[in-house]
Amino acid sequence: MSTTGRGATVQLRGATLRFGHHTVWEGLDLDIGPGECLAILGPNGAGKTTLLKVLLGILPLSAGSVRIDGRPPRRGSPVVGYVPQQHAFDRDLPVRGRDLVQFGVDGHRLGLPVTRGRRVDAAIAAVGASSYANAPVGLLSGGEQQRLRIAQALVGEPRLLLCDEPLLSLDPSSQHEVVGVIDAYRRDHGATVVFVTHEINPVVGVVDRVLYVASGRWAAGRTEEVMNSATLSALYGAHIDVVTVHDRIVVVGGEEAGAGVHHLDHAAGGQPHDHHHHRPGEDLSATGRPNTGTRETGVYGESSSGSDPVDRGAC
Amino acid sequence: MGIGFYLQQPFAQHALLAAALVAVAGGLIGPFVVTRGMAFAVHGTAELAFTGAAAGLLVAGNPVAGALVGSLVVAALIAVLGARQRERDSAIGAILAFGMGIGILLLGYYHGFATAATNILFGNIFGVSGSQLVVLVVIGAIVVVVMAVWYRPLLFASVDPEVAEARGVPVRALGLLFLLVLALTVTGAAQVVGTLLVLSLAITPAAAAQRLSANPVRVAVLSVVFAVVAADGGLLASFEAANVKASVFITSISFALYLIARVVGPVVRETHHHDGDRGRRRGTRRAVGTGMGGGHRAPVSAPPVPPGSPTTAEEPEW
Repeated sequence: MSTTGRGATVQLRGATLRFGHHTVWEGLDLDIGPGECLAILGPNGAGKTTLLKVLLGILPLSAGSVRIDGRPPRRGSPVVGYVPQQHAFDRDLPVRGRDLVQFGVDGHRLGLPVTRGRRVDAAIAAVGASSYANAPVGLLSGGEQQRLRIAQALVGEPRLLLCDEPLLSLDPSSQHEVVGVIDAYRRDHGATVVFVTHEINPVVGVVDRVLYVASGRWAAGRTEEVMNSATLSALYGAHIDVVTVHDRIVVVGGEEAGAGVHHLDHAAGGQPHDHHHHRPGEDLSATGRPNTGTRETGVYGESSSGSDPVDRGAC
Repeated sequence: MGIGFYLQQPFAQHALLAAALVAVAGGLIGPFVVTRGMAFAVHGTAELAFTGAAAGLLVAGNPVAGALVGSLVVAALIAVLGARQRERDSAIGAILAFGMGIGILLLGYYHGFATAATNILFGNIFGVSGSQLVVLVVIGAIVVVVMAVWYRPLLFASVDPEVAEARGVPVRALGLLFLLVLALTVTGAAQVVGTLLVLSLAITPAAAAQRLSANPVRVAVLSVVFAVVAADGGLLASFEAANVKASVFITSISFALYLIARVVGPVVRETHHHDGDRGRRRGTRRAVGTGMGGGHRAPVSAPPVPPGSPTTAEEPEW
């Protein structure tokens, strides 16, 4: 179809997802180029993880198209690596760190779980997990488990790495290390990285662009183009303050306000029960901008200049 | 009449063989039962094998065939009613209670020997006929083959279903396959130790093995060894003490192994773990303890961590 998507690792065109009458997001147009790092942000329930599931080939789109390396996504694709949301393993789990990484090589194939191979060792070393790779995985700390999950995702040398809240429940130094491991892989392999995260600050140094989804709408662009009061207020349909405190981006009234999230969702989407009657974008049109939702900023640094160079999604 | 005499008898040899095969099957599924949190599913399937056996006894005089059909039906019911993990145990509880009621009703109509009923509940492999022994052998063989073929994807799906699904593992289909294998195993184990004591072959050995190692292959091997030792050891012990049921010895040996593993486990299993604080670590490669006596070669084949560590985490070499 369009030529802008040629060569993109991920290409979304008019991508829309609905569950029944509920529109999660719609009209999403986005190209993620090779070597690019994209953070997907937004409040709980905005469909961030759902978007990853579409890219993984687990969920089909309701409308529009999605391509990964020019082909529809499919489960088990060797092109894609996946780091799931952090959740602790049981202490008694009969699996060592290296077995977890080995799953990334042949976990889907028939046979017995025999661990061998230099690739596994190399991946473990690359994430700095060699000293505890033979320990029962359930006895490791959250950060250690997360490094092993990353090694599992990277051992197949994917060209696209999808990470779902990889930093959740990690302490700041572990967050910093995990981000460093992922970014090093991206730079050395020219791989595309997509982070789903509710907190931009730990990744702000490595992301090229941000996709913000909220209330069925979306905005994409460089961090400063999206993470500002005007853009987020338009997305939420409510006033949002974005302030910078000691190099940290703080969203007041947004997802970082915790309990404020639901309050905001309601404010943006009208009453919860008539949410499905509410066409996303109605509030947005109040800002006076046309709802094109089609312009593509392309890869990092190419976004057009102007007073508000941010893609505005929806309808 | 001691062990020596019995070992000459074909019926005793067959019983030992069948018990060993059932134990191998139980030992193989055990780690998955524990990992997938399905102990109650095993118990439920076993209790309802009682209902199936009672029906088989009443209709065809064949409790093994009845238990087999019954447990497969129950596995299918659990799969349908307990598809979601959260509701699985309550679904099993509901099925179990109703099924046991039916079993009691069926047994009320049975006017044969009362021992038939206790044999179902508490096991009596010597009461199983030659043709039924063949069925047990076939069941054991099927379970062993299925587990050997699907072990790795099943382990992946049990440990991390989300990632396994993304990697193309048919997680749901494997879940159903496992339920069917579990039903077959439970039916077999019920003939040896009885429906009430199936857990001693399907869970206890695996629970003991998991205390001793985190290497999935070693856990499987240990679990099988423990189950076979308990099953055949229990049978042999019952040759010596003819007035005590084999089930008593089997469950006792099984539990003794479990207790030993609980005591020894913290030493041999957790020495795998690096010492020191958990979040931060030194980059030096530590000699990693290797469980199970430590006599085998240590599979610490990882290349050395690049020097200058804490910073290597930020700039890893690929």
